[in-house]
Amino acid sequence: MKSEQSALQVRALTKRFDRVAVDALDLTIRTGEFYALVGPNGAGKTTTLRMVAGLLKPDAGSVAIFGIDALGDPTAAKQVMAWVSDEPMIYDKLTPLEYLEFVAGLWGIDPATSQASAHDLLVSLGLEAHLHERCEGFSKGMRQKVALAGALVHEPRLIILDEPLTGLDAVSARHVKGLLGDRVRAGCTVIMTTHILEVAERMADRIGVIASGRLVAEGTLAELRQQNGHTNTSLEDLFIALVDVEVAAA
Amino acid sequence: MTATATMALSWFARHELRLTWREWLAMMTGGRRRRKRVTIIGLIVFGAVMHLPAWAVIGRYADLQTPLDKSSLIVITATIFLAWALMLSQAIESVTRVFYARADLDLIMSSPAKLSHIFSVRIASIALSVTAMALLLSAPFVDVLVAGGGVRWFAAFGVVIAVGLSAAAAAIAITIALFRLIGPARTRLTAQILAAIIGAGFVIALQIAAILSYGTLSRFAVLTSDAAAAFAPPGDSLVWWPARAALGDVTALLALLSASLVLLGAVMATFSPRFADTALGASAQAVASRQGSRRKAFRGGSRQQALRRKEFLLLRRDPWLASQTLMQLLYLVPPALFLWRSFSDHSTAIILITPVIVMAAGQLAGGLAWLTISGEDAADLVATAPLPSSSVIRAKIEVVLISIGIVSAPLIIPLAIVAPLQALVTTIGIAIGAASATAIQFWFRVQAKRSQFRRRQTSSRLATFAEAFSSIGWAATAGLVLAIPVGALVCALMTAAIVAGTWKLSPRRA
Repeated sequence: MKSEQSALQVRALTKRFDRVAVDALDLTIRTGEFYALVGPNGAGKTTTLRMVAGLLKPDAGSVAIFGIDALGDPTAAKQVMAWVSDEPMIYDKLTPLEYLEFVAGLWGIDPATSQASAHDLLVSLGLEAHLHERCEGFSKGMRQKVALAGALVHEPRLIILDEPLTGLDAVSARHVKGLLGDRVRAGCTVIMTTHILEVAERMADRIGVIASGRLVAEGTLAELRQQNGHTNTSLEDLFIALVDVEVAAA
Repeated sequence: MTATATMALSWFARHELRLTWREWLAMMTGGRRRRKRVTIIGLIVFGAVMHLPAWAVIGRYADLQTPLDKSSLIVITATIFLAWALMLSQAIESVTRVFYARADLDLIMSSPAKLSHIFSVRIASIALSVTAMALLLSAPFVDVLVAGGGVRWFAAFGVVIAVGLSAAAAAIAITIALFRLIGPARTRLTAQILAAIIGAGFVIALQIAAILSYGTLSRFAVLTSDAAAAFAPPGDSLVWWPARAALGDVTALLALLSASLVLLGAVMATFSPRFADTALGASAQAVASRQGSRRKAFRGGSRQQALRRKEFLLLRRDPWLASQTLMQLLYLVPPALFLWRSFSDHSTAIILITPVIVMAAGQLAGGLAWLTISGEDAADLVATAPLPSSSVIRAKIEVVLISIGIVSAPLIIPLAIVAPLQALVTTIGIAIGAASATAIQFWFRVQAKRSQFRRRQTSSRLATFAEAFSSIGWAATAGLVLAIPVGALVCALMTAAIVAGTWKLSPRRA
């Protein structure tokens, strides 16, 4: 059962580089929801999420995370969320355990609690044999798993993931999907961008389609189908139809 | 070798030269293509300006005529050996980089080309780039000698080529030997430390000998001494051939060039087939790098403590830093020895060690500050952590200053016992010098990977020069406080003006 309290509330969020990247975007994500943000390349997905995570300053608009004004009190907002980028940035000279110890320290987590959870997380992601190896020799998939474990070790209430399955093999992708599913069932909120529409279709409670910096459609898969007058189409067909309309309108 | 193979080799040679050129250009321009013209003009101007110090240093030797006396032979030979040691140091660094950092090794080794031929080209390319760099750097000095002493000094360029080729050959042999002896896991760090020791070692050894024998920091005291002349081999010895070649002795020059080419050829023939194994070993090493399986308990503390712990851990594991710190410490050995000697005979020359220590601290602080502030590999993680960016920066600056304190303490403590006032001045100088270098790096910070450290000085030329002038300025100020206090005031004001001007021009302020 999903709570109706907003995990994330974005209002009129705007960002302009040499062109408008995010255009007065409104977005509301409920607590305990798995939300997938899909859209073509350059649609503004990553820019939106980077602004929510506090990595990019918006030109206008507001961001509230569990009611906390993320622009006014970023430290409080960051305490309850985690960000995982598509390019996992970890320290080559640290081992996965040392990396997680550092992350837990940054979030001020009790060391005894974080140590146990760090170990369990890394084991559940299939990194048991590499706990004491420096990350410098890790593949992209392994680095992505370490970054994901780092995001989860401080028990965030909101997890923001930018293309988290890029570079993962099928087994690892299943591990990650399982882990995220468990977190959502435990009450955590997940927002994820993905190009893999099948993942969005299978995992997300709701899907938002973004194009040219604006949210062009949003809802469950059934709602999206209904909105577009199709009853049995795949998300891929819906996505292409929605994006084509938006591109034509632009 | 078939015509196709020859063609492939010449293509690969062109490819290598192009890569080397672009890497060098990127290093000079900070990777910004628009700066190419400005950089080239800047280099030409720099080369022209360099003729002035070259004239001051070497101009008086332009009239040297053969036969030379022993002292002159010793000085020229030692200078050539010093150049060889520096080139060897540079070449070891280049060879190590080829093994560990070249992204194209997989492509090359999966190609149907014969690897021994391909790696022969790569070895030749390393030798060529080291030699080209040496020719560029030596050009102002040789020009000055030619202008003052005639065309016979052009032979000095030949000596530089011979020195460059033989240094590259020795570097390849040493690095591959290290791989065989201690394995790829330890070679990277060892090679960098070795490069630092070789680069600094000769000068330091001469200084130590000068201090112990003559109570001076001048290495020329040893080279021009009667004792050195007495120990030196006779005038017709092979040892003096490089010096004779530099003075225009054609036979000696041809012999030197032939010997270096034969040496490089022998290294190519011997080591090319093993180059592939070595490269494979280096790439496999990363996978097998374990930190020990002992499970340590997670440590508690504040968020800033977590940041400081991480920074200290990364600094401790940084191979560049290990070699640079070692080099700084090596450079501090002669002044430390000088301190000990001077104290024993109550000489005022002890004052000289203060600027040396302050200068070293400023330079080291600049490098450390870049690594901790700009070289943040997980910038997103730190930026999304629940603590203000000012706390992050403060923790990182604390790491730099604590590290400088740790490195300087072994010199300051004995100094405090023998000369408390000087120790106090030195400590304040270190603090101001390190703080200025750190501030400059902070004002000019750009997010980068730690592995891009080699290019840090090209991201902002202004920051590089400001950091160097600030270190020199605070070192001079500290020295003058002890010798001519009024001069110290002037020097301090000038240095403060440099730092303030740098702040004014920094992008962070804009």
